[in-house]
Amino acid sequence: MRAVPLTEVSVGDKIRLDIDGKEYEGILMPHHRFSGKDIITLKLDNGYNMGIKIKKGTMVTLVERKREDEKIIKVPKVDNNRPKISIIGTGGTIASYVEYTTGAVHPAETAAEMLYSNPDIADRCTPKVKIILSKLSEDMVPGDWIDIAEAVTSELNSGAEGVVIAHGTDTMGYTAAALSFLLDELPKPVVLVGSQRSSDRPSSDAHLNLLAAIELAKSNVCGVYVVMHKTVDDKICSIHLGTRIRKMHTSRRDAFKSINSMPVGWVEPMAKKIILKDLPEKNDGDATRIGGIEPDVALIYVTPALSEDDLLYAAGKKGIVLVGTGLGHLNSDLIPTIKEIIREGIPVVMTSQCIHGTVNCHVYSNGRKLLEAGVIPCGDILPETALVKLMWCLTLDGDIRELMTTNIVGELGSRRMI
Amino acid sequence: MMNYSKLGLKVGLEIHQQLDTNKLFCKCPSELVDEKGREVLRNLRPVASELGEFDQAAIMEAAKGLKFRYQSPGKSSCLVELDEEPPEGPNEKAVEVALKMALFMKAKVLDEIQFMRKIVIDGSNTAGFQRTSLLAVDGTLEVNDKEIGIPSICLEEDAARSIDEKDGVKTYRLDRLGIPLVEIVTSPVIESPEEAKTVAQTIGGLLRATRMVKRGLGTIREDVNISITKGARVEIKGVQDLRMLPEFVREEVQRQIRLLKAREVLRKREAEPDTNITDLTAAFKDTKNKIIAGNLKRGQGVYGIRLKGFGGTLRGKWGEAILGQEFASYAKTVGVSGIFHSDELPGYGITQKEINQVLKKLSLEKKDAFVMVSHNEDTAKNALEMVIKRALMALDGVPEETRNARLDSTTEYSRPISGRARMYPETDIPPYNIHEKRLEKLSQELPETPKQRVKRYLNDYELNREQSIQLFRKGYDLIFEEIADTYGNPSVVANTFLQSFPELEREGYEPSLIEESTLKEIFKGLSEDDFAKEGVPEILKYLSKGKNLDDALASAGIEEVDMVHVRDRIRTILDERHDFIKERGISALGPLMGVVMKEFRGKVDGKKLSNILKEELLKRV
Repeated sequence: MRAVPLTEVSVGDKIRLDIDGKEYEGILMPHHRFSGKDIITLKLDNGYNMGIKIKKGTMVTLVERKREDEKIIKVPKVDNNRPKISIIGTGGTIASYVEYTTGAVHPAETAAEMLYSNPDIADRCTPKVKIILSKLSEDMVPGDWIDIAEAVTSELNSGAEGVVIAHGTDTMGYTAAALSFLLDELPKPVVLVGSQRSSDRPSSDAHLNLLAAIELAKSNVCGVYVVMHKTVDDKICSIHLGTRIRKMHTSRRDAFKSINSMPVGWVEPMAKKIILKDLPEKNDGDATRIGGIEPDVALIYVTPALSEDDLLYAAGKKGIVLVGTGLGHLNSDLIPTIKEIIREGIPVVMTSQCIHGTVNCHVYSNGRKLLEAGVIPCGDILPETALVKLMWCLTLDGDIRELMTTNIVGELGSRRMI
Repeated sequence: MMNYSKLGLKVGLEIHQQLDTNKLFCKCPSELVDEKGREVLRNLRPVASELGEFDQAAIMEAAKGLKFRYQSPGKSSCLVELDEEPPEGPNEKAVEVALKMALFMKAKVLDEIQFMRKIVIDGSNTAGFQRTSLLAVDGTLEVNDKEIGIPSICLEEDAARSIDEKDGVKTYRLDRLGIPLVEIVTSPVIESPEEAKTVAQTIGGLLRATRMVKRGLGTIREDVNISITKGARVEIKGVQDLRMLPEFVREEVQRQIRLLKAREVLRKREAEPDTNITDLTAAFKDTKNKIIAGNLKRGQGVYGIRLKGFGGTLRGKWGEAILGQEFASYAKTVGVSGIFHSDELPGYGITQKEINQVLKKLSLEKKDAFVMVSHNEDTAKNALEMVIKRALMALDGVPEETRNARLDSTTEYSRPISGRARMYPETDIPPYNIHEKRLEKLSQELPETPKQRVKRYLNDYELNREQSIQLFRKGYDLIFEEIADTYGNPSVVANTFLQSFPELEREGYEPSLIEESTLKEIFKGLSEDDFAKEGVPEILKYLSKGKNLDDALASAGIEEVDMVHVRDRIRTILDERHDFIKERGISALGPLMGVVMKEFRGKVDGKKLSNILKEELLKRV
């Protein structure tokens, strides 16, 4: 074996190098984004990674070229007599596997891989897996909602009893709201599911959530739902209405909460138990998409620092959602600007940054002035749901004010419980 | 006496020491608490690797089908421990201690530390992996003029504390999870049980020299790798008392020797376990064995297998455990509480008559053995499959495995030695750079090693070697130095800690109640001749009862003694013994000293008394 410059070996090769008279042997790892420039990482035989500084022109010995191990995917037996459930992958890592050498976590890219990493899915249904997107949820754009809605209708119209959508958690609430409006006459259940703790860890919430979603997809209901952990225990998952759900924590597995409403059911996947409130029943109708999405809408978070310039910046949009203070307020000095924007024909709707509770613009004079200016108060809807709903309404023929103040798929409540 | 070098004994140690800093990846204090806190239920599930293999050890744990309950006391756990929040970067102080250890052992510190996730799914880590990092490699340690290689020094997090296991739910408390551990690994070059202890003590001494490590039971734990020629590497986990190390090594050597002997017997007999499992329930319908009777009442049964040629290898002639115990621990991994085997029967209420029926049913011949399990059919069969698996391994001698340390220096099988494919990068923690300048600065600030300290104590305080070692080992070195430097009397101070304190403890007092400031007062008083050194133990006794210094002095009969009064009193004593002095002359000093001491012991320093007495006596002879 002869010494070669570092440039002649590549990631995955087993190499040996001499540092201060001592030899170190290991597999060359990819360079970490936050590693020092002159650091290379070797994976030693004992499994540890070691970061070593190397000088320019360092020579190494190539011990062995990278071994191309064959992927072994053992697909579990699928029983075709179980309920047919379509699982749509969008790129989240809810179903994935680990490459232990590099630590890379690969999302399931094929149906076989999805089943391989979650073999017990096949014990509960006849799964049909379709990967339609490969995106982290923070990278999703409104156009993706349309693609997902199309995929759902095509699955439901070709025999699926229900659809499970594996989704990243950051914007899962937005997608759930969008599907709720776009597919408002759904004949079957559509269940969005994600995981808060990365799926490479044995403690991930992914598996339990996925099984819970399948249980709901098999059930006798219709509509768009989100299923995630009820508490930090790995036991029960809550079922939330697609228009009422909000991610309320950056990392906890029980981050998803129904806001201004209660969950509509609970699943205990291991016990195969499911409790459902009075939900609309499954039917034999076709799934069709209604309307589209107008992406050019702004959501403005009202703060004491909000200026007239900020508002005018959004004036070129097709619609504006204000996330007001308290009962739905905004600095009185800005109301003339709002009035001006509305007069230009741009709908402005009001929600509250309190998240909990309803907008009511009749209590204080500020609210009354906003109503006079033409702002549409949107009750107890979530600001994010209001944004999605406005995007959808703008593609319909109806009156925006009437649509925004009417409950369509559970996004607006008439009573708020104690 | 065993000839360990002839046996080819090789021992390597892995020493895990808890550090006295906050936790490694969050700001929680590293304290064990009595509070349970909120309880959380969790499952763990091995994750598929791309190569289509689940880790062998991981699968086994999963096969146990355990659920986990975590107690999360608010005082020493947060969302990080519960695996509900990503970890923060490593605690700086902990890194520093680990670096100091690396410098002590002249190891090469890596330029960049990268934390890894080591898959552990016995529930002791909420995430299902332990975070660990290699910090330095290729160190050395000199122990009794022998060089011991230190191939690696790691910084990692401690696991959660196991509380109990009931009805398939294992309970852990999160207070211990995340406490920083320094792991020091030695090469397998240790050749005797005693040497193992000396090496461990030397490493322990260096760790304590950093003054940043926790002390007390459970704060330092050793894993011991032991092998003999023809035997196999066996890893014993969790030895808590390093004084017990030699005993564990001896026991394991014995166990391996017994397994090798059993192998010889089995090979000679061409032994082989049967693979078919037989229902033996009928033989026990009227049994007096309580466990079986109870199980039958619940509708469970008794199942057994024949082990052809295994007779006498399950338990030795003198009742020593051989394969029987190994079979039992394998069977236990699938959820049974134990097995019955022919080398221990009749017994436990099982009669010869019942045994005869079993022998018949299993067609047992002489030199064969049988194993039975009483449980429901599925579990019993799983357990017997495990026994068959282990019996086949017995034909090869000693299997490589991980065993848990028990308190009595015996061990129990826990799992196969983990495969290699179970570590991958912890992507939540960015690589951590160690700058050369930091290392240079640390090397200059490096604390005194125990070796250096002993040398200094011999020179500066004129203590002996044993005293010097003990002061440090028992943790009195700092207070000793402070008192001896300020008030002198180093040997009295050392003896106070090393003799008086243990004596008081034996007598049921609690010298630990004495505050450092009070101790200082005592030695201040001693240096100012307020009382004699002989009085110190008596004063300590009263202080250990919780009295304050003044009361203690009063109770010990020690008030300030006027030296003029002492001289007067000595003169009176001499006057009273006028004739005796005339008769004996200067040789009366000895007997007279006895009289004087009787009166002033503990109140006046003996040397001073002797000087006064001598002066006064000389005036008279």
